[in-house]
Amino acid sequence: MVQYMTTRLDTSFAALSDATRRGVLEQLGRADASITDLAEQFHMTLTGMKKHVGVLEQARLVSTKKVGRVRTCQLGPRRLAEEVAWLERYRQRWEARFDELDKVVEELTRKEKIDGRKNRK
Amino acid sequence: MDAKIESKPGAVKNRTTVERASDREVIVTRTVNGPARLVFEAFTNAELFKRWWVPKSMGMTLLSCELDARVGGKYRLVFDFDPEPAAFFGTYVEVKPYSRLAWTNEEGGEGGPVTAVTFEEKGGKTLVVLRETHPSKESLDAAGTGAAEAMIETFDQLDELLVALGESSGQ
Repeated sequence: MVQYMTTRLDTSFAALSDATRRGVLEQLGRADASITDLAEQFHMTLTGMKKHVGVLEQARLVSTKKVGRVRTCQLGPRRLAEEVAWLERYRQRWEARFDELDKVVEELTRKEKIDGRKNRK
Repeated sequence: MDAKIESKPGAVKNRTTVERASDREVIVTRTVNGPARLVFEAFTNAELFKRWWVPKSMGMTLLSCELDARVGGKYRLVFDFDPEPAAFFGTYVEVKPYSRLAWTNEEGGEGGPVTAVTFEEKGGKTLVVLRETHPSKESLDAAGTGAAEAMIETFDQLDELLVALGESSGQ
């Protein structure tokens, strides 16, 4: 049992260790998507995205079903998948903010340096 | 192992981490390249604040922004929403220059979430830790969706700013 749990955790952590795969979960938290959609969105080849989805599927974070010729992905049955999707969405929002904040602070720092030089003249 | 995929090769960016500390609490951390004094300034000066708080990728337009960063002072942000503009407002409950800032979020009525931010300077960089405490688990769950739903990570705005800054730095 312990062995089984550890293996499951390893699979989950390995699946979540990749930024693209966390992004895929975030995406699927909003709406189901086909592998083709995901590949386009993450600027990847179909083969590359299939690999990522495969890893997520193995960890049961994502489940897929084939309808006709299209394979559709959705968040898996585990609560963990929802939680990661939520966190990733939240993180992306703050990251976008902080990226902008970086620029503002960099500009202020640069201005101070220039002003400091002027004042010394 | 898979190769790491970088969203923006060459760009040096600090990590943004998010952690749910409890059912009602979420903590965001990020190191900003600059002294705490300037980071604090960017949080409390309206002209600077509105340049970063609403990145384009959030899909929202800020119509006005007023910040009175004193204990008991109010802030008010008005966004261009359909069918009518929406205001986000609250009161500053803690203002310790360069180290700590906290405000209430009152647009949803009294007893809304409280946001507390600490600024810790180390070697010219500032660790920003932002903690949002919600009145209930449902309130925090909802914070991850809603208007932020439209949020797609694009770096268009960042690129534009970089170009603008590059031009204005007089090269």
